[in-house]
Amino acid sequence: MENKLIVSTSPHMRSGDTTQSIMLDVIIALMPAAMASIIIFGYRSFILIMTCVLSCVLSEYVCRRVMKRDNTISDLSSIVTGVLLAMNLPVSISPLIAAFGGVIAIVVVKQMFGGIGQNFVNPALTARIILMNSFPAKMTHWTAPFAYSSAADAVTTATPLGILAEGGAQTASYMDLFLGNCAGCLGETSALAILLGGIYLVARRVISPTIPCVYLGTAVVLSFVMGRDPLFDLLSGGLMLGAVFMATDYTTSPIHFKGRVVFAIGCGVLTMLIRQFGSLAEGVSYSIVIMNILVPLIERATMPLAFGKEKKKK
Amino acid sequence: MELSFPTKAFRTHGGAHVPHHKNTSMMPTVEMPAPARVVLPMQQHIGAPCVPAVKKGDHVYVGTVVGEAQAFVCAPIHASVSGTVHSVEKVALSNGALADAVIIDSDGLMEPDPNLCPPQIRTKEDLIQAARDCGLVGLGGAGFPAHVKLNVPADKKIDTLIINVAECEPFVTADHREAIENGWDLLSGVYLLKRMLEIDRVIIAVETNKPDVIDILRRIADDKRYDPDDRVRVLPLPARYPQGAEKVLIHACTGRDIPTGGLPADVGCIVMNISSAAALARYVETGMPLVKRRVTIDGSAIAEPKNVFVPLGTSIHDVIEFCGGYSKPVKKLISGGPMMGFAITDDSFPVLKSNNAFLAFEEKDAIISPPTACIRCGRCVQACPMNLVPTMLEKYTEMKNTEKLQELDIMTCMECGCCAYSCPAHHRLVQSMRVGKALVKNAGRKS
Repeated sequence: MENKLIVSTSPHMRSGDTTQSIMLDVIIALMPAAMASIIIFGYRSFILIMTCVLSCVLSEYVCRRVMKRDNTISDLSSIVTGVLLAMNLPVSISPLIAAFGGVIAIVVVKQMFGGIGQNFVNPALTARIILMNSFPAKMTHWTAPFAYSSAADAVTTATPLGILAEGGAQTASYMDLFLGNCAGCLGETSALAILLGGIYLVARRVISPTIPCVYLGTAVVLSFVMGRDPLFDLLSGGLMLGAVFMATDYTTSPIHFKGRVVFAIGCGVLTMLIRQFGSLAEGVSYSIVIMNILVPLIERATMPLAFGKEKKKK
Repeated sequence: MELSFPTKAFRTHGGAHVPHHKNTSMMPTVEMPAPARVVLPMQQHIGAPCVPAVKKGDHVYVGTVVGEAQAFVCAPIHASVSGTVHSVEKVALSNGALADAVIIDSDGLMEPDPNLCPPQIRTKEDLIQAARDCGLVGLGGAGFPAHVKLNVPADKKIDTLIINVAECEPFVTADHREAIENGWDLLSGVYLLKRMLEIDRVIIAVETNKPDVIDILRRIADDKRYDPDDRVRVLPLPARYPQGAEKVLIHACTGRDIPTGGLPADVGCIVMNISSAAALARYVETGMPLVKRRVTIDGSAIAEPKNVFVPLGTSIHDVIEFCGGYSKPVKKLISGGPMMGFAITDDSFPVLKSNNAFLAFEEKDAIISPPTACIRCGRCVQACPMNLVPTMLEKYTEMKNTEKLQELDIMTCMECGCCAYSCPAHHRLVQSMRVGKALVKNAGRKS
């Protein structure tokens, strides 16, 4: 033959999905929540989101350059981390602190462990936890919805969960919580926007519904058992955001079905334990990060059985 | 006790929604004229090679034995054209091995051997002998000698014959056309096998992307004149790759799982490809052994994709020329389907008994993007029909950890390619599986 043929192992076809296309889908899925945050909290949301994204992308670029490795910013994963980080911040936070969070997420949590696919905890959540411990007051300074003034102290309030933890009377109705008419982090207030994103991700087969459904289900059941208001627990705080966007992070969740169920149950149990007994009003970030750390153990304990193999009898 | 028939397919794990590309399914098969020369390698399948039975200058007819099978796992080879033996020499096969080959210069007459006569089949042994004399191997792609498959050990009771018309590989339509064009051959083959092997039920498994095949096979399978007890039925299967893989197919049809390291006979099943069953029936009727086969020629670089009846041993180049040659510069040539087929280096190789398709692709379809980091999305795990964890097997292969590889059952992998197909990071997972399996085999040899 006149020209040389390519010889490679089978299969000779690919599905066409790439890491980049998956990350793009996640970014699209985050858009309703991002839009909602801009509607609820005004232009400062937009500035925060842009700051976090820029900080993450820049950190990734510089980090890869310094480490003399192939640049991976084109896989879009650092943009996802940036948007997710912004979704976990209160609107009144200074953009400088937000940018610092982005650097921690990318440099410390992601790149120091080897980059995409190697981090053992969720970068955005870990950055949030570090910010929470470094700037506790600023990270729990909540602005009332639709108070567009940049004078941050003008209309401060507490989150619905915060009010509950302090034994106050609830002001937010279920509809307020569902639509996002309450105080909280950028992305967590509107359950509707998160659900839209979640449905998109499931429809595009980017995530399987296993983790969100089991996580939310466990939380609702426990809430009922503890004598709390399950619907309130479901709609308030970061539970929805965590279950749909954080716990489903590929790298830090188990790769097979059984493991995912165990992981999600663990997340649900820890979240509700912290909400009920912890001194914090909210426990989603801690529970997901703790379960992230347990993933290798969960995977080992729940390995699927190969076709045609019988269960070991003990 | 009579077994009942499943009303719908049993659920199987994993798989991939590969695009079908069955472009040639509506095109009647075309007979190719006798090529000037055929090359018949004496090694066409796993097992022992044949011994050349002719020498230079001998005159042969279509159907004359040119390679004798002396070992058990071996099927004889017959001349596919009439003419003169040009030589018996070593040739390179597409997998790089060298084998003896009988090269015949055709006289263009395609005269059948006057000594051919239909065999008399009265017992199971007659049938197995006929399958062997016919030179039959699995025509679906695996190429395992049919008489070995039919020769089930006496302690294994076979109750189910599954006829494989799943044809789940994209592009390939050879079995599809066999069903449409030679449905009667298939059915007479099925009744013969059922009678001789005393099989209780026959399930003809067809993927639902071939409604015309389901329709035509149902019409003849449900004919009360031939099958008064209705023990032969068509079972539509969801069109999901790799539905036609033996273990997956048996599970889908019967709900039974072949144990690790076992054979279909261990769960009372025999699986036969539709073209193989039909070829056996034709041999029993006419006495003409396996000398030609239907091959799908397709792909983005082929001028006129079609199904062709090709005399065995014809060079791939001649067959592609018959299909109008290459329309674009070809960059990858695949023997078999795109999921499990082999990329070959050259189009000068001869067509073998087990080749159901040749696909030629232009550059843009031939290149697979370079691998990026694994993001642990778990798609390979969800896709694996054997319930393995390909991404971990890949890591243990890199670490050469044969203990872990065995613990995670790498030998169960059938290299169907679902994991690699689904991988968004383009990892060469099947390649890793092959390396891993070789590591385990070598480790076993050393100890």
